[in-house]
Amino acid sequence: MKLLGLSAKDTRFLLIVIFLTLATPVLLQPFPENSGLATFNAGYPDLMQRFAIFGIFAIGFNILFGLTGYLSFGHAAFLGVGSYTVVWMYKLLDYNVVWGLPLAVVTSGVFALLIGFVSLRRSGIYFSILTLAFAQMSYNLAYSVLTPITNGETGLQVYRSDAQVLLGANEPTSPHFFGLVMSKSTKLNLGDWQFTFNNGYYFTAIIAIIVFYISLRIFRSPFGLMLRAIKTNQTRLNYTGINTRPYALAAFVISGMYAGLAGGLMAAMDPLAGAERMQWTASGEVVLMVILGGAGTLMGPILGAGFIKYFENIFSKINDQILQGWFAWMPDWLSGLLIEISHFFVGKSWHLTLGLLFMLVVIFLPGGLVEAGQRIARLFKKKPPEDKDPGHHPQPAPHVAE
Amino acid sequence: MSTSNFTRRGLMKTGAATGAGLALPTIFTSAASAFTNEPTGDTVTFGFNVPQTGPYAEEGLDELRAQELAVEHINGMGDGGMLNTFSSKALDGTGILGKKVDFVTGDTQTKTDAARASARSMIEKDGVIMINGGSSSGPAVAVQALCQEAGIISMAGLTHSNDTTGKDRKRNGFRHFFNAYMSGAALGPVLKEVYGTDRRAYHLTADYTWGWTQQESIQASTEAIGWETVNNVLTPVGAGDFSSYITPVLNSGADVLILNHYGGDMVNSLTQAVQFGLRDAEANGKNFEVIVPLYSELMAAGAGENIQGVYGSMNWNWQLQDEGTKAFVKSFGEKYGFPPSGSAHTCYVQTLLYADAVARAGSFNPCAVVEALEDFEFDGMGNGPTLYRAEDHQCFKDVLVMKGAENPTSEYDNLEIVEITPVEQVTYAPDHPMFGGAEASLGECNDGT
Repeated sequence: MKLLGLSAKDTRFLLIVIFLTLATPVLLQPFPENSGLATFNAGYPDLMQRFAIFGIFAIGFNILFGLTGYLSFGHAAFLGVGSYTVVWMYKLLDYNVVWGLPLAVVTSGVFALLIGFVSLRRSGIYFSILTLAFAQMSYNLAYSVLTPITNGETGLQVYRSDAQVLLGANEPTSPHFFGLVMSKSTKLNLGDWQFTFNNGYYFTAIIAIIVFYISLRIFRSPFGLMLRAIKTNQTRLNYTGINTRPYALAAFVISGMYAGLAGGLMAAMDPLAGAERMQWTASGEVVLMVILGGAGTLMGPILGAGFIKYFENIFSKINDQILQGWFAWMPDWLSGLLIEISHFFVGKSWHLTLGLLFMLVVIFLPGGLVEAGQRIARLFKKKPPEDKDPGHHPQPAPHVAE
Repeated sequence: MSTSNFTRRGLMKTGAATGAGLALPTIFTSAASAFTNEPTGDTVTFGFNVPQTGPYAEEGLDELRAQELAVEHINGMGDGGMLNTFSSKALDGTGILGKKVDFVTGDTQTKTDAARASARSMIEKDGVIMINGGSSSGPAVAVQALCQEAGIISMAGLTHSNDTTGKDRKRNGFRHFFNAYMSGAALGPVLKEVYGTDRRAYHLTADYTWGWTQQESIQASTEAIGWETVNNVLTPVGAGDFSSYITPVLNSGADVLILNHYGGDMVNSLTQAVQFGLRDAEANGKNFEVIVPLYSELMAAGAGENIQGVYGSMNWNWQLQDEGTKAFVKSFGEKYGFPPSGSAHTCYVQTLLYADAVARAGSFNPCAVVEALEDFEFDGMGNGPTLYRAEDHQCFKDVLVMKGAENPTSEYDNLEIVEITPVEQVTYAPDHPMFGGAEASLGECNDGT
């Protein structure tokens, strides 16, 4: 079956992604409500929305980093620009996200054009440093200098005294899409299981599927091939008379727009924009997501985003009380010891667990989680894939973390 | 180019599936509860959202200890603490309305974004009915707004900005802690007495809602006693190094430095001010002085001997001698081995006040709780007779003016009480211009339906 200009294989791939995305509220809720393992359930709106939003962010980042190999350390700036745009639209017009989201994509695109135009004069580490510098600049502007626009550390919020010129009398007073309120959910109780189907999640999920499709088309297009050529050997392209800058800049702007959309969606789910989401740690996070999942692959960034957000939200909430509950059946000295040890890996120390896993992935699976999947799949295949023409394959580009 | 194969049959199937999908929500909603996170089992869950990392983390961890203690006392474990001295006797140590209290914790990272994300997951995943804690006004304001939208109660922890119960006040949000205006009103007369009326002040201010409103309040009250304001410099939260902000102070013509900083930031800026010799310096023929309008024991411990003789204000201190304070300090000390801080106290009291309001209202419905707390008068919680004012959900009670002790005997008595400012002196009108003026309103109570 072929759909929407995709090959049969890609269509199948897209359908799988669509199924997984739409079934997320059920798939992420594998444990019954009152069981001890319910802590590991991730099927609640806030986290599912984050999966989809950071999935979009990582997909966009992968178009730049995965295809062209340009490592940007400043993409959080576009995320922030998107968020501020959407909240400003709430303040000026009304809570309908239809005004803010397209504008968030446009403003972050313009912003990316400016930063990209300057930063892309250099490549490699200098490019990374330039983007990092621009992003830190934007963060500091948002945090202290531009407080009238961004409200600084307090975070930009909507007040009752704001203009909101389009606000109707019966309009919901939280973000909505033509009356579809993002924060509203319907709950389904099946025995001990509870599944939450949230409007906001499905809104983000559908957008995520659309932008995933766009990225799939970019990957398969001549433009995508040109971006890959930049990653493989930019100098050779230049020698053949091709000006690569416009291509790289286009990729940069597209990924900036993806980031802006993700930022806008963050504000669409929760009408508040804080400066912290522009900080360099947020830029670094998306780099981690893409590398952890598998740079240059289609599915990798989404996996990486889900992985990191899961750790951030689930592992960080396991406190000593929960540990005590788990180990209560053991003798005192053993449970005490185990709690002492686990203490370093859960709760506020979740970064340590993530760091260890990241090291393991980079050392043993340079292709990210996607490579892990491929290796497992290969185990079940009867024979290894034949390489028909081993001499004429381009060398795989060295991994960024090597 | 695209080769889609839409057939009539396929279209009809899709149509039927979409129809079923649209009809589903109406089936589900019939099982909805009366209000957000209505407790149905034999437990009720509180959310304790405190900074465990970041510049205000010390306060957050102390809050967590007090919250745990409050839950124990509500559930009937331990010695009952302030429940024995509390003027309302609705809580009997068997939980609330027959339900045991359970709690979940979260890390706000002293960041607005993270605090809100953590609070959201508590509401959605853990089903909390009330969120308490926090030691920064940025997160407090954001979390309070979130609770209002979600339809649960926010019992703010340490938040000192005027905005929390000023222009950002919410019907579902309550604050027991005092605020920047009260600090200014209490400090003014004391400063006049010790430093005179002819002073020139230089402000270093944390750049967010709390810093802004505290600076505004202190400037107003110092200018009311005849002081002049030389400059106000905004500094980022968590800056770590304040030396570049402190260097210009000595040559600015000022003779008083007012540090509108809190937590780790205040420890750093005060220590650096002392290292730069500010407190030994003379300016305009007077001794150079430093003032820290909002004090906490943890900051005092962090700043060590630099704090000696520095004036500030507090909501509560463990050295008070009333029955409520004694009972709380005793049970906290027995459990953890040291006296509680002011931030611990306010979170403990807020948790008890919420539990008591539910017990008096006979329902967990947030709107019933709001009604029970509005204009509630109580005593025995360490601050003397206290009123939860209905117009802005702010507690009105006495304020402590403090001074860094000259000869502390241990790391816990490094602050001494200079004066207990009576509540009349710090009371203001609900439509005071510093609190959003006449425009500010609580809005409607929201129970999430």
